[in-house]
Amino acid sequence: MAVALRHGTKVWYRRERGAQFAIWLAWLVGAAIFIYCWQLISDKTIWAFVTDAPVQAVDIAARMVPPDWSFIAKLGRPLWDTLNMATLGTAIGIFVAVPVAYCAARNTTPSVVLVRPVALFVIVSSRSINALIWALMLVTIIGPGVFAGMLAIGLRSIGFCAKLLYEAIEEIDKSQVEAVRATGAGGAQVTSYGIVPQVLPAFAGISVFRWDINIRESTVLGLVGAGGIGLPLNAAITTLAWTKVSLILLIIIATVVLSEWVSAKVRHAII
Amino acid sequence: MTVAAITPHHWKKPPLIKRAWLRWALGVGAIVYLALAFGTTEVNWPRVWEGLPRGARFFAAFLPPDFTTRRSDFADGILESLWMTVIATVIGIAISVPVGIGAAKNVAPAPVYYFCRGILAVSRSFQEIILAIFFVKLFGFGPFAGVVTLSFATIGFYGKLLAEDIEDMDFSQAEAVRATGAGWLQWINYGIQPQVMPRMIGLGLYRFDINFRESAVIGIVGAGGIGATLDTAFERYEFDSAAAILLIIIGIVMLLEYSSGYLRRWVQ
Repeated sequence: MAVALRHGTKVWYRRERGAQFAIWLAWLVGAAIFIYCWQLISDKTIWAFVTDAPVQAVDIAARMVPPDWSFIAKLGRPLWDTLNMATLGTAIGIFVAVPVAYCAARNTTPSVVLVRPVALFVIVSSRSINALIWALMLVTIIGPGVFAGMLAIGLRSIGFCAKLLYEAIEEIDKSQVEAVRATGAGGAQVTSYGIVPQVLPAFAGISVFRWDINIRESTVLGLVGAGGIGLPLNAAITTLAWTKVSLILLIIIATVVLSEWVSAKVRHAII
Repeated sequence: MTVAAITPHHWKKPPLIKRAWLRWALGVGAIVYLALAFGTTEVNWPRVWEGLPRGARFFAAFLPPDFTTRRSDFADGILESLWMTVIATVIGIAISVPVGIGAAKNVAPAPVYYFCRGILAVSRSFQEIILAIFFVKLFGFGPFAGVVTLSFATIGFYGKLLAEDIEDMDFSQAEAVRATGAGWLQWINYGIQPQVMPRMIGLGLYRFDINFRESAVIGIVGAGGIGATLDTAFERYEFDSAAAILLIIIGIVMLLEYSSGYLRRWVQ
C-alpha cells in the first residue's frame, strides 16, 4: 500500500514512489519519440496542401452527389468477379492452410524441429504481406485479371486460416484422441475420428470469417489491376468521374455490410 | 420402429450440419456456384504460361535478395513507415479513447452512445486503401496522408474493442468507486480504467503491428512509406530489390509480434 505522510496525516497514493517515477519516465520517453517522429513527418509535408484540405473536401463532396445511378448496369459483372475472387480465393487458401496447420500444431506435427518452423514461416510470411501486395506481385508475374486476384486472396488467406486452425488443433481435448488410439486406430484414423470432429466447428467458423474479410479485400484489388469492382473504381478515380466513384463506394459498402451479415448469421448457426 | 433402427449395425460419424435437407441444399448450391464461377471466370492462360518463367525468376531473386543496391531508398521507406506507424497509432488511440468510452452502453447516455457508434461504423466500413486515395487527394502526396489514413482506421478498430471491453467489465467495481463520492473523471480513472487497461495495452501493440503492415500498402497510392518503394521495384521488374523489401517487412512484423507478446506478458 502506497501511503505517504503529509502534514502529519496519512495520504493514500495509487502507486509507490518508484513505480510512479518509472511510469512518468515511460511517458516522457514516449512523448519524446512521438515529437521526434512528428518532426520528421512534418518536414516531409507541404502544409499549404494540408490547410487547403477542407476546401478540397467540400469540392469533392459536392462533385460526388448525386451518384450516377445509370452506371449501375455496368457494375454487375465486376461485382460477380469480386465475389468469385473472394470465394474461390478463400477455397484455395483453406485447401493449402489445412496441411500447413497440421504441420504447425505442436501435437500433430510430424517433426517439431524440422517441419514446424517451416510451417510457421509460411504462416508468418503469408500473414505479413497484404493481399494488395500479393496482387501487385502476381499481376506483374501472371498478368492482370481475376485469376491474379484469386491467387492473391488465396495466398493471403493461408496464413490467417492456418494460424487460427493450428491454435484450435493445439487446444483439443487430448483424452478423446487417446480414447480413439486405445481402440487400435492407426494414424490417419486417429486424425479423422479423434482430431477432425473436434476442430470442425472452429474450421467452419474460420472459413466463413475469412470469406467475409476476403470480400472486403477483393473490392480493392482492382486498384492494382487484379479485376473485380476495384477496376471501375480506379478508372472512375483517374478520370475524375466523381459521381461514378460515389456510386461504386456505395455498392462496396452495401456488399461489405451484406457479407458481414451473412457471415455473422452462419457463424451464429455453427457455434 | 424396428430393432435395426434402434441398434444400427454400423456407427456413422454425426455430420456437422444436422438437418439433412440443409446439408444437401448447401452441397448442391456449392456445386452450382462453382460451375458458374469457373464458367464465367476468364483466365488468359497463354499470358499465365508466359509469366511462369518470370515468376520463377522472382522466386529465384529471393536467394540472394539484393539489399545493397537501393539501400538508401529502403532505409528511407522503412523509417518513414515506422514514423507513420508511431504517429498514427498514438493519434488514433488518443482519439479512440473518448469515442470508445462514449460508445459503451453502460457508461454513456443514449445520444452520445449512438453518435459514437456512428463514428466507429463509418471508420470501419472503408478499406484503408480507399481512405488513402481520398486523403492523398486532400492532403497531397506524402506521409501526412498516410498518417491521417492510419489514424482514422485505428479509431474504428480500437474504439470498438474498447467499447466492448468496457461493456463486459465488472460493473460492481465501478459502482464501488462511485459510492465513495468520486466525480465522473475519477470514476473513469479509478473504476473503469484499471479493469480494461491490460487488454487495451495488448490491443494497442497489436494495432501498431497492423498499422505497420498497412503502411506498406497505402504507399502504393502515394501515401508515403515503404509501399511506394515496393511499387517502384515491381514496376521496374527489379525482383531482387522487391524480394529484399518483402523480407524486411516480414522480419519487422515477426519482430513486432514477438516483442508484443513479450511486452504483453510483462504488463500482465
